[in-house]
Amino acid sequence: MSLVAAERIKLFSTRSPWWCALVAIALPIGFAALLASQGGDEVPLTVGTTQAANGLGRAVIMVMAALAITTEYRFGTIRSTFQATPNRVSALLAKTAVVTTLAAVIGELVAFGSWAVCRWIKPEADLALDTADDWRSVAGVGLVFALTAVLALGVGILVRQTAGAVALLLVYSQLVEGLVTLIPRIGDDIHQWLPFFAADQFIGNDASGQPPRDLPLSPWGYLAYFAVIAVAVLAVAIITANRRDA
Amino acid sequence: MIEATGLTKHYGRTVAVDHLSFTVEAGRVTGFLGPNGAGKSTTMRMVLGLDRPTSGDVRIDGKHYRDLKLPLTTVGALLDAKWVHPNRSARAHLRWLAKATKLPRKRVDEVLDLVGLGSVANKNAGGFSLGMSQRLGIAAALLGDPKVLLFDEPVNGLDPEGILWIRRFMHRLAAEGRTVFVSSHLLSEMAQTAQDLVVIGRGKLIYQGTVSDFVENATENTVLVRSPELTRLADLLRADGVQVVEDGDSIRVANLASSAIGELAAAHRIVLHELNPQLGSLEEAFIQLTGESVEYHAHDKEPTA
Repeated sequence: MSLVAAERIKLFSTRSPWWCALVAIALPIGFAALLASQGGDEVPLTVGTTQAANGLGRAVIMVMAALAITTEYRFGTIRSTFQATPNRVSALLAKTAVVTTLAAVIGELVAFGSWAVCRWIKPEADLALDTADDWRSVAGVGLVFALTAVLALGVGILVRQTAGAVALLLVYSQLVEGLVTLIPRIGDDIHQWLPFFAADQFIGNDASGQPPRDLPLSPWGYLAYFAVIAVAVLAVAIITANRRDA
Repeated sequence: MIEATGLTKHYGRTVAVDHLSFTVEAGRVTGFLGPNGAGKSTTMRMVLGLDRPTSGDVRIDGKHYRDLKLPLTTVGALLDAKWVHPNRSARAHLRWLAKATKLPRKRVDEVLDLVGLGSVANKNAGGFSLGMSQRLGIAAALLGDPKVLLFDEPVNGLDPEGILWIRRFMHRLAAEGRTVFVSSHLLSEMAQTAQDLVVIGRGKLIYQGTVSDFVENATENTVLVRSPELTRLADLLRADGVQVVEDGDSIRVANLASSAIGELAAAHRIVLHELNPQLGSLEEAFIQLTGESVEYHAHDKEPTA
């Protein structure tokens, strides 16, 4: 536990996580408010659409999580970390625990914040959380944010450079996955197995606007699939860091 | 005690450390000397388990660094004073280290006061001068009250006041009975700080032993003498078979203690204006010893166009 406490001090004693958290929360809630107030009648406001903008928060979480480890490499504190805790696996898992917990908390704030602001703006819309699917769409955002942080930490540990890690994560999640659908014939099939598509399926917001397709996995199946990918990337990263010179 | 046996580190095809074996005795200050690029920092990183040796082994009190429990309580190190997050306060930097080592929070303020940073503890480390960063690094090294301390070029780039402070601090740590292993590329610095020396060049061991032995064996002791009766003194010395080199208004006497020269002059009622043992030749001796093993030579030849 002392390692987790050490990582907590580390994370909260610089300003960038605070800024990232603020932006990660404000941006999607702001967009949700915009959607609710300006959407008019063309966009029916449902529990699912209140979560349409949380991808913005997720992108910021990726930056925050990547920064948490790449700044350690950038400023050499990773060596102090490994000096104090030569068991690198423990040290990096402690960091993962802290960053992931923060991401989960931010995810829940984003989800319930977006939902609440929409209800406040449009009290007449049916936004009650009645079904298990409704709850999954909203409360599930925390899980997705947490796993996104795991994935971003893994990439950060592997790449070690802030610019490289952030560029890789953002370009992949915001562009590459979408572009894959443009590949003729096989594009859509590949797309169904990409990690952030999987995360979106769990939340149940299909930003593509395409009609529902027959998907190979259930929402919870997709969450498990996303989790396996995130944990696998982190595992490879930690094994690499353990072997590599610090 | 630090024990290295056959320590070797390759970076690709570059051999940074080459079958290096040495011992750092407990309770003494051991200087780790070598030209820039000789492999001192790499060796220190291997001692701390940061870099993996390609082959060979280094142990602290018989244990690998990675097997130490709460290692900061056994070994403290300052490898690079700039290894701090610039936007984190000095206190926060030490607080997380203390937490990871299960030390009480008050220990942080103790070491901050010890290095004289108590008043700037809440300032961001990025705004610190090199001297202040160095003090913060030393505070971090002392956090766990370790018996063994490693410093990599601690006076590099410091102003004279900072150098003096570090030197005094080093003596104090040694007086407290700690093992201090400190690297430098300046022999004169080591001659003032260390008792033992480990000298390396191009990753290979050149010398291990006491500083005084190194100085005796490696240097030609000369004494600079000035006197109004220089010629008479020089003749007397030469008559005793001593080597004398005339050098303007002074002479250099080789391999004879300054006390013997003074007594000789007194016996013949010769007035002396200066009698000065030359330590400058230490540096030359070091260069002589390590000369062939300097990694990057400046080329003397004019480039042929």
